[in-house]
Formats: sequence, C-alpha cells, structure tokens
Amino acid sequence: MDSARISTQARRGVVRDALGIAIASGAYAVSFGAISTAAGLSLLQTCALSVLMFTGASQFALVGIVGAGGSVWAGAATAALLGSRNALYGVRLSSILDRSGLRRLLAAHLVIDETTAMAIARESPAEGRFAFWATGAALFSLWNLGTLVGALATDLVPDPKVFGLDAAPPAAFLALLAPQLRAREPMAIALAAGVVALACLPFVPAGIPLLIVALIVALFGVLRSRA
Amino acid sequence: MIWAGVLVACASCYALKLAGLSLPARLLLDARVQRTVPLVPVALLAALVATQTFATGQHLVLDVRAAALGVAVVAVLLRAPFLVVVAAAAATAALLRLL
Repeated sequence: MDSARISTQARRGVVRDALGIAIASGAYAVSFGAISTAAGLSLLQTCALSVLMFTGASQFALVGIVGAGGSVWAGAATAALLGSRNALYGVRLSSILDRSGLRRLLAAHLVIDETTAMAIARESPAEGRFAFWATGAALFSLWNLGTLVGALATDLVPDPKVFGLDAAPPAAFLALLAPQLRAREPMAIALAAGVVALACLPFVPAGIPLLIVALIVALFGVLRSRA
Repeated sequence: MIWAGVLVACASCYALKLAGLSLPARLLLDARVQRTVPLVPVALLAALVATQTFATGQHLVLDVRAAALGVAVVAVLLRAPFLVVVAAAAATAALLRLL
C-alpha cells in the first residue's frame, strides 16, 4: 500500500484540509437541496443529482433552469457544458491516479474542482493520491448529507417564494463565478455573456439563450487560440 | 420527463470526467481545448446570473431579485462564504416582498 509511504503528519494535514473543504461544501449542498426542491424537483430527483452528477455548478444550473420554467433538456445540456471543465482536470490527475481498472471508474466520479486542487498541490504522487481519495470521500458524504437536509427542509415549506428562494439561484451562480473573474478577459466575457443572454431571451424558449452563449464563447475560444 | 433529463445529464457529466482520465493527454492538452473549455463556465454562469435575475419566462423584468443580486454582489466582495451569499440574497427578496 503506497499510503504507507506518507508520513503520519502529512496524512493528518490532508485529512484536516479535506474535512474543512467537505464541511464548507456540505453547507453549500444545503442550499442546493433547498433550491432544487423549490424549483419543483422531487426529493428523490434532488438526491439523485447529488449522488450521480456530483458536480456543483452543473447541478445548480439544471435545477435553476427547470425552476425558471426552462425545459429539463436545456438544463441537461447546460449542466453537461458546465461539466466539460472536469475533463481537463483528468489530464492533470492522470499522473497521480491509476489509469486502469475499476478504481479509475470510481475515481472518475470524484474528479471535481476541490479534489483536483487538493491532489495536485502535494509533494509526491502518493500523497496526491491520498489527498484525492480523502477529499473525495469526505466531500461526497457531506455533499449528499447537505443535499438531503436542504431538500427535506424545503419540502416542508408550502411556498418557497415566501423565503425568497427564487432569488437564491442567481446568488449561487454569482458565488460560483466570482473566483474566476480575477482578470480582465473573463470579466469582459462574463459581461458580454450576460448581455447576449438577455438580448436573445425574448425570442427563444427558456434555457436556449444559455446554449447560444455557450456556442458563441466556444467559437470565440477556438478562433482566439488559432490567432 | 424530468427523470430522463436528470439521468442523461448525470451520465453526460460522468462521461466527461471519465474522458479526462481516459483520453490521450495530447487531445486534451490541445491549445484550442485548453483555451476554450475554461471560458465556457465563465460565460454560462454569467448568463445564468443575468437570465435568472432579470427575466421571468421570456419576459425581461426588474423586481426584488435585482435587489437580492445587489446584496449578493456586496456579500461576494466582502468574501462571505457561499451559504451566506445565497442566504443574504434570499432574505433580501423575502423581506422586500413583505414591505
């Protein structure tokens, strides 16, 4: 077992960080559970998303779009587009994780922002692997627990609008977006995306403006990198 | 219908994660992929903020959600934790509706 090569001190540090991240994410999952049930998804659908999708921004996008009256397919497409960044994490993790067998199938499910950040910041591949699994296990547990708590709490509320829950999704998207706006280019892209989405909104079904924005930004990215 | 969309979305998200661990690195390290993929969440999240704040269905509207977003912006600038940002926005909308 390669985890034996990690010092007890390093392992303790990793576990402490993993728990910290998992607790913060658990709180964030409570808001996901609440928003999802308020959007009209059932308790089971809400929990299924956290168990099976397990990537926050995509989950928020799907329930946000359904809650705003968009089709679930527009929501599913947006969720998948938001999940595309997880594919890039795999490249950085492939030198740390086993690339074969059943374990890779399980590892793939845990490839998200937090586990990647925790795994690649380590001194040795063995430590990175331990950080990946520790963070993944802690986060998966508390993410699903948080979702259940939020969903159960909102299920008891007759009208979610009374608690302003319809105003919660944009705040959640903003909080997810904010850390990515540290440079001028992403800021400009964000502003342009907001304007374009609102401009085409009256003319196409709900949810479609997001796909138009995704198409434009993808074209922009490809053309920019060619120049 | 919602179930079908939920399950297809879950399968797509898993396939993307697995692709990252399975596809040849050469493909994923391509300059166009590396430049484009990180831009997609920025644009989509911004578009989600805009459409979920300033629209109801296909109509542009200005209501308490705009004020709630303003409060969320302040909370984000103050580096408040995720849950605080969301709760502050929800509370703002709820209070303004009571007035």
